[in-house]
Amino acid sequence: MSAEMERPVAGPNYAAAARDAVLAGVIALGVFGPLIGFKTEQNMNNQLVVENRWGIVIVIVAIVVIGRFLLKAFVFPALVTRKANAGPASTDESFFKRNFKTIGLAFLLLYPVIIVSMLGYQQSIKWVDNFGIQILIYVMLGWGLNIVVGLAGLLDLGYVAFYAVGAYSYALLSSHFGFSFWLLLPLSGILAAMWGVILGFPVLRLRGDYLAIVTLAFGEIIRLVLINWREVTNGSAGISSIPKVDIFGWITFNVADPTYIGKILDLPPSSAYYKIFLYYLILALALFTAFVTLRLRRLPIGRAWEALREDEVACRSLGINTTNTKLTAFALGAMFGGFAGSFFAARQGFVSPESFVFLESAVIVAIVVLGGMGSMVGVAIAAAAMIGGTEILRELSFLKAVFGPEFNPDQFRMLIFGLAMVTIMVWKPRGFVGNREPTAFLHEKKSVSGSLVQEGHG
Amino acid sequence: MAEMIPSWETNPILSVEHVTMRFGGLVAVNDLSFKAGRGDITALIGPNGAGKTTVFNCITGFYKPTQGMLHLRHADGKPFLLERMPDFKISAKAKVARTFQNIRLFSGMTLLENLLVAQHNPLMIASGMTVLGVLGFAGYKKAEKHSIERAEYWLNKIGLYDRADDPAGDLPYGAQRRLEIARAMCTEPELLCLDEPAAGLNPRESGELNELLLGIRRDENTSLLLIEHDMSVVMEISDHVVVLEYGTKISDGKPEAVRNDPRVIAAYLGVDDEEVEQVEQALDVVTEEAQQ
Repeated sequence: MSAEMERPVAGPNYAAAARDAVLAGVIALGVFGPLIGFKTEQNMNNQLVVENRWGIVIVIVAIVVIGRFLLKAFVFPALVTRKANAGPASTDESFFKRNFKTIGLAFLLLYPVIIVSMLGYQQSIKWVDNFGIQILIYVMLGWGLNIVVGLAGLLDLGYVAFYAVGAYSYALLSSHFGFSFWLLLPLSGILAAMWGVILGFPVLRLRGDYLAIVTLAFGEIIRLVLINWREVTNGSAGISSIPKVDIFGWITFNVADPTYIGKILDLPPSSAYYKIFLYYLILALALFTAFVTLRLRRLPIGRAWEALREDEVACRSLGINTTNTKLTAFALGAMFGGFAGSFFAARQGFVSPESFVFLESAVIVAIVVLGGMGSMVGVAIAAAAMIGGTEILRELSFLKAVFGPEFNPDQFRMLIFGLAMVTIMVWKPRGFVGNREPTAFLHEKKSVSGSLVQEGHG
Repeated sequence: MAEMIPSWETNPILSVEHVTMRFGGLVAVNDLSFKAGRGDITALIGPNGAGKTTVFNCITGFYKPTQGMLHLRHADGKPFLLERMPDFKISAKAKVARTFQNIRLFSGMTLLENLLVAQHNPLMIASGMTVLGVLGFAGYKKAEKHSIERAEYWLNKIGLYDRADDPAGDLPYGAQRRLEIARAMCTEPELLCLDEPAAGLNPRESGELNELLLGIRRDENTSLLLIEHDMSVVMEISDHVVVLEYGTKISDGKPEAVRNDPRVIAAYLGVDDEEVEQVEQALDVVTEEAQQ
């Protein structure tokens, strides 16, 4: 399809586009010239002084001219062609689209290698840690919550509570009792699942909005307990110097240890090894989540979750114990949240209630909704776009040259975040991947249009 | 004939005994008793608002009756008191399946998936309550294959085999009705309760439905209980008719006996013209057939 898209029906008309662009530029100059070009300021003597800012005006007008030219010359014809080609031609998927999962997986596996070979160990830390690990944590959380929200259709706004349970389980049990990460990883998952069941029992008779409110409250309760139960959790100060993960005690990442990875492999000491190890660890955890979820979808329990999302009354008429089915969804979602939490604690080396505010829950829910409820690939893309996007904002320091030295793109994070959400939901109301993949088929696998799939009512 | 004790009295699958259902001050069902015979098609008819669906909801556990007893006995003699069981157990243990007046399919799931969800409980056991299934044990694969065969059997029966991989929400109305019946049958019920299965069907589809229901009675060990407004369906296929008006039973017996019951005619004459016409037409049809 891409080959056809580049060859529009009525080739780009550069002359008309240039004319249009100049016209747009004149209008932009007329509008922005007076508005931005002049700035009045008081000087030392309280006199108003006019200051000219022609540089910014020129930049803005240039953006308008170039943007209008590109729109007119390339984007509009491409859209027309795409409309003309829509229908039978569009079912013919490109190589990239067909093999998206394989390519994505290969990229994830090779990512640290690529980064290290491009930037060297020391420079790679930021890209592996802030981008790779950070995004993968959210991919895992998104996939965990996807079981609850996407498959079972239960809106859980307090998911971060289970993340917190997992993180504090690891932080407390490892610093007080010195248990290893490999023991505490499953244990934190089990503890989080237990809390999922404890919350689930009274709550799951509620539906829709009411369930959402109670789960939201539960998230806040856990956070407030963490703040106020000072004797155990050390309050808002949090728990620091949480032990690092090691590879089953054979290889460690503390420079002082005799088993330090640098000494074993004869490498110069660097904190990059630990980050790369953590990257592969979270990748493995996320893939484990994906594997289990994909398996579960093909099992009766997974089908029952989806049936529950479609119609709860019909489920009961077919002999499905809806309470237990909801509880398993809740507990399993919580378990993966707990795994992610213990990883988070190990990676940060520090946990405090600050990390488990409602905004985190909202971001995870947003990732699931944005990705397309129930879709694994969609959730991964959404996590990469949202978390990677906000991290990218920190890298845009060149914008300071345009907007002045006080400009901090990071402050616009929530604004851009909100705008992007609205835009995407208008453009793709069912999320990035709006179609549902059936779990079994007789003749051929056809994906189900999102318009037929219910969102669930609790 | 008339002196013979009817079969539903001697071998009932379901006995409804003195069931009353009150919603606040409203008495929806008032001291209702009737029996549904094993292997029979029992029809529950009555004007709108007579309490038919309420009786259904009591039988299938969606409502708990205010008073009375619902006694179900399996072919092997196992008794169940339905009013004491939660709704999902009535389907899972007592083997009572139902369909709904407003179709309740899993519209975003394919036909095959709909029929697989109906076999949830046996599959759940086969997957070792999910644990063995996640680990990929072979027993589950075998059970799933068996379930898919069962689904194929029902898809063939309702004539939707070719559409197995389409979403249920894409089906036309009549096919959705048939799929809902097939889904209920996949739970292997002893008693199948159908809430207005012929509503909204054209005459041809209605005929196909009759075939399907008669086929179920003939080939499966399932008794049927149905609510119906379409008198041609009621008179043609049912063995036993129970008539309700204002929550009270006004007539009970073989279709031809009920048809001539003056109280039934009065009840139907008392409601709007359309339904009277339906009754009259149905009566004409049936009498003509009888004369021939």
